[in-house]
Amino acid sequence: MPANRFNGHCDYGIGIGLRVPHYSHILSKKPVVDWFEIISENFMVEGGRPLELLDKILEQYRVVQHGVSMYFGSADKPDRAHLKRLKNLVKRTKTPWLSDHLCWGSVDGTYTHDLLPMPYTFAAARRTAEKIREIRDYLEVPICVENVSSYAEFHASEMTEWEFLTEVVELADCGILLDVNNIYVSSKNHGFNPYDYVDNVPHGRVGQMHIAGHTKFEKYILDTHDHPVLDPVWKLYAHATQLCGVSATLLEWDDKIPSFDEVHNEALKANEFIDGAKKAVV
Amino acid sequence: MKRPPKHAPRRIESTDDLRSFQRMMATAVTRPLTAEDKLQPKWIDGRPMDEVASEFVKPNDRLSSFERLQLYNKMYWFRLFDAIQDDCPGLQAALGDRVFWRLAQAYLAECPSRSFTLRDLCSRLVPFIRRNPRLTAPRTALAVEIARFEWAQTVAFDGESRPVLGTADLAGTPPGRLRLGLQPYLTLLDLRHPIDTYVISVKRRDAMRSEASNTPDATASVGRAARRPSLPRPARTFVAVHRHHNRLFYKRLNPAAYRILDALSHGSTLSRAVAAAGPKVKAAQVRSWFTTWMALGWFCARGNKRRASAS
Repeated sequence: MPANRFNGHCDYGIGIGLRVPHYSHILSKKPVVDWFEIISENFMVEGGRPLELLDKILEQYRVVQHGVSMYFGSADKPDRAHLKRLKNLVKRTKTPWLSDHLCWGSVDGTYTHDLLPMPYTFAAARRTAEKIREIRDYLEVPICVENVSSYAEFHASEMTEWEFLTEVVELADCGILLDVNNIYVSSKNHGFNPYDYVDNVPHGRVGQMHIAGHTKFEKYILDTHDHPVLDPVWKLYAHATQLCGVSATLLEWDDKIPSFDEVHNEALKANEFIDGAKKAVV
Repeated sequence: MKRPPKHAPRRIESTDDLRSFQRMMATAVTRPLTAEDKLQPKWIDGRPMDEVASEFVKPNDRLSSFERLQLYNKMYWFRLFDAIQDDCPGLQAALGDRVFWRLAQAYLAECPSRSFTLRDLCSRLVPFIRRNPRLTAPRTALAVEIARFEWAQTVAFDGESRPVLGTADLAGTPPGRLRLGLQPYLTLLDLRHPIDTYVISVKRRDAMRSEASNTPDATASVGRAARRPSLPRPARTFVAVHRHHNRLFYKRLNPAAYRILDALSHGSTLSRAVAAAGPKVKAAQVRSWFTTWMALGWFCARGNKRRASAS
């Protein structure tokens, strides 16, 4: 779905994450980039250099906000002070949609700063959807929820992860940020077929996709975002694109970050698969 | 965080069940690692941890429930250690790695993050060090000063700024009634050691080390660059940690100048603050200081919001 109500009807192309090592290159060379994804929390500050830099980027680029601490799946109520800060940033960036993760990471006001996996139960889905609706109504911007990579599953779960994702987004009537690398990582850690996952999510709700690199260890895979995208992830991305249409796509590269051009060129490889999907549609 | 239930809920059928489950998992994830960087072998009630983990975490064909939970436990601590290390390079250099990690673990265990952002992680470090002097002995006084200084840097980097007062804003109010606010991003420090030069030398060392690591055949440089900077010798130092044009600066202050700013920050009128400088300070000197401070944009209207504490 190139443009739909879950991404503010925006037909964005291929973007990359805005990261500190690239700031001076971006500001001095002004490279052509479809859009940047920012980590909302890095700019939910009261002043100083981060906001000055953001304003310079906003003068020249399209920016979409991606969060890491909303914790839609936490049992706690949304923190109003947090939401107020986030809304101020939404007004500043005019992000057409906003994404965060289908996970939890805080309880009783204590934060783990991690994206912890949910128990996939109907009660958890109802609570999560309720929070997403409340947050969206407050922020007045479409929300896409992102599937996380995970390293543990729980006895309490009543369904698969993709069934849980579907349950949440249908109840919340929100979009999906489909992270195909996360699907691949979790599929290896939990022993499911990643194509089953992609085949069974509501494709019409996909408003954005993420691609990234990961690291293989002897007994598990970690979602490290410190490598180029691996072939199985590209193949899964191609498959997802054929099913969902060409969505705004973003490459995440967060550690051992190479030059701007290297990151951007890696992201632009997505064009090969997008072209394939377009031909398939024709 | 409230105490977790004795057992993780078998079924999650309500928000209360979900909360109980999350307390259980969060308690496990945030428990201090063992000396070997592993999940602790016993749960908080003394039961074997593998038994507790297997109650709610599924094993797979490669990892036990314990091992899967341990992945999250390790990631939690490594992430927070990275964050505290990034924010406190001076403290780490002064204490040495072993003492620093012991301090960091004890701090995070007693003061886990209560903020959505890791930026605030060290906001309670200074009072923690004061409450637990054994962790940093015999360098507790120095550790407190460095932690104050490094937190002041965080505040100066992205703290709130308020509209700057100009001379026109001040003209209508007599000095006996005029009260000036200081920018929230500005921290005044009265130190027993020259922490500013010490932190600069640590940063230079780290920058050198970083540069050296990219240089082939630079073993000797690496050795020199990695040398720990000498600890600062006692010397009363007054410094303002602030930003100008969104760049971080440390500005040394004359003791009398510090007294004026400190008095203003505590709500004194302008005339009382100037009097705090002492009788020996000449009017021309005070005017010069104020000219500089105005140019730096340090003054704003006094607000209700409490200034970032430097103590």
